[in-house]
Amino acid sequence: MASSIATDTPPPAPGPSTTRRTASTGRAGDKIFLGLSRGSGILLLVVMAAIAAFLSVRAGIAISQDQGNFLTTFDWNPAGSPPAFGIAVLLFGTVVSSVIAMAIAVPVAVGIALFISHYAPRKLAAPLAYVVDLLAAVPSIVYGVWGALFLVPYLGGLNEWLDTYLGWTFVFEKTEVGVARSMFTVGILLAIMILPIVTSVSREVFLQVPRMNEEAALALGATRWEVIRLSVLPFGRSGVISASMLGLGRALGETMAVATVLSPSYVLSLHVLDPGGGTFAQNIAAKFDESNQLGRDALIASGLVLFVLTLLVNGAARMIIARRKEYSGAAA
Amino acid sequence: MKLQRKNRLRATALGVIAVSSALALTACGSDNNSGGGSTGGGGATTGAASSVKCDGAKGQLLASGSSAQKNAMDLWVKNYMAGCKDAQINYKASSSGDGIVAFTQGTVGFAGSDSPLNAQQVEDSKKVCTGGGQGINLPMVGGPIAIGFHVEGVDSLVLDASTIAKIFNGKISKWNDEAIAKLNPNAKLPDLAIQAFHRSTDSGTTDNLTKYLSAAAKADWPYPPAKKWAASGGQAASGSGDVAAQVKQVNGAIGYFELSYAASQSIKTVDINTGASAPVKATAENASKAIAAAKIAGTGKDLALKLDYTTKADGAYPLVLVTYEIACDKGNKPATLAAVKSFLSYTAGADGQKLLTEASYAPIPAEINAKVIETVNSLS
Repeated sequence: MASSIATDTPPPAPGPSTTRRTASTGRAGDKIFLGLSRGSGILLLVVMAAIAAFLSVRAGIAISQDQGNFLTTFDWNPAGSPPAFGIAVLLFGTVVSSVIAMAIAVPVAVGIALFISHYAPRKLAAPLAYVVDLLAAVPSIVYGVWGALFLVPYLGGLNEWLDTYLGWTFVFEKTEVGVARSMFTVGILLAIMILPIVTSVSREVFLQVPRMNEEAALALGATRWEVIRLSVLPFGRSGVISASMLGLGRALGETMAVATVLSPSYVLSLHVLDPGGGTFAQNIAAKFDESNQLGRDALIASGLVLFVLTLLVNGAARMIIARRKEYSGAAA
Repeated sequence: MKLQRKNRLRATALGVIAVSSALALTACGSDNNSGGGSTGGGGATTGAASSVKCDGAKGQLLASGSSAQKNAMDLWVKNYMAGCKDAQINYKASSSGDGIVAFTQGTVGFAGSDSPLNAQQVEDSKKVCTGGGQGINLPMVGGPIAIGFHVEGVDSLVLDASTIAKIFNGKISKWNDEAIAKLNPNAKLPDLAIQAFHRSTDSGTTDNLTKYLSAAAKADWPYPPAKKWAASGGQAASGSGDVAAQVKQVNGAIGYFELSYAASQSIKTVDINTGASAPVKATAENASKAIAAAKIAGTGKDLALKLDYTTKADGAYPLVLVTYEIACDKGNKPATLAAVKSFLSYTAGADGQKLLTEASYAPIPAEINAKVIETVNSLS
């Protein structure tokens, strides 16, 4: 590392010769800057390695003491005797709630992005884009409280409707009574939360469609919708996919909002309208306070699984972006 | 130019130092002015504050745990701090499990728990209590666990242990079920689904409810008593307050929490048919009758109680919990010891216990309470 008191070292005394340009600080500046930037790079790697090592060691301790199967046990009882806990329900819940969120958020976000980039008059587009971005500024606990006090009571009717008309799909069959503190509600809430990021990235991509393509399509007599279908959407596809992946990454790790809305239980159920289930992040937030040493290690082990899952999602997004060299949209 | 900048920096630095030291000095000054502790009294609350003995309690005392005793703690802390200006008590009402973990990790001066420490937790507490001390249970607050319900059009409801077990077990799913109708011949019970709420956290209230159910309705409640909810089905909410809020909000809901939550949120509560001549209402007074029969099960300074859940005495409400304050018998942290002793002797004292009845709690029976006061005074 460069000497940390670099800022205190006096600059080289300006010689009597006034030929030297005052803008240059000489070699010392070069050295210091190189040291600082290299140090920052190394520091980042050290921090990442420290986090990974910490997670792995503590997870190892927990898994070695787990009397259940860490992957398939449908319970979370590290304080029991014998301690038994498994991530099956959490993994399932995390994936299901995120999938529901994606299914709702991506079409809506693409719609908003297209409206802002191609349909809305200039005067409306800018404020609308700003409002959507504002959604990202709301803290997740506020989403959680709003979800618990407003969304849950009002979703009762929608749940009944889904149960009545879509009950045959098995997924939307409501088998247990209860207010809407379910995976489906969590999915809706997550959809609202990931809307801004998916929208803003998609919007940027749609704005980057070469004018030539659009004008060529128009010259051939295409309607507005055909232009979008023939030139905008194909060009923006990879951008939208990577935007969705970014949103998915957020949805997977969302904690407070889920913990506030969900009625947690360690039951793996495909009926998304029934109360119950859990996600990695929600479980860590809910259980951490009252866990003993092993309980905390167990939660860290589940955190490691979430870490890996998020890493895979982000990696996939990057690969998709990398495959499209000509895509140079919003830096993700 | 460089020189000038340096000088300016120096000047500001000097300025900062001057200002901050001035602030520090004035802070010291203001401290000295307020010395003398509780001579002012200032007990604008109930006059109870004047009887608080501060005994040099100073600084901040952190405590956490049971949410069942939260409403009592709030009153106690308010009155105590009115009398002892130098001490600050912070009680975080989360759950009994949380309190015990915080205690065994040494982050709180004392913990509140609705279940006494188990053997493993006593072992863990020895790491925190120095000099061979260990965590002990001091029964401080009694209270009925109310079964709160919310059914539009039904104002009073009688249940017995086995129907309560079946409801929370998912065996009874409609409010107009025969078993409920038989106990309530005069009530107009609707054809409405029952929504049973339980605690999602490790809760002492759950522990006490399941102790009662497995003692009084063994056949319908096959699970061993535990802080973790064992039955399947139903819905979960995190604290006593959350469960009460859900019951308040949802038509057809039933849940369990310390009576003060029912009182503060005006939730109707179930009368329990114990086999006595009349169904027993959930009141602080009726709970005291049941708690009066408690025996001390702990050894030495540990005052853990054993409750009789199957009492059939007239007017004794069997579904009760006792909240213990957990501290070290010896080897408490020197920084908080004075505050812990002074605060707990206030809560166990006559004034502290008198407040309980006002807040829908049950005071601890006199002879057990005498032992608690004695033990608190011997903490070191």
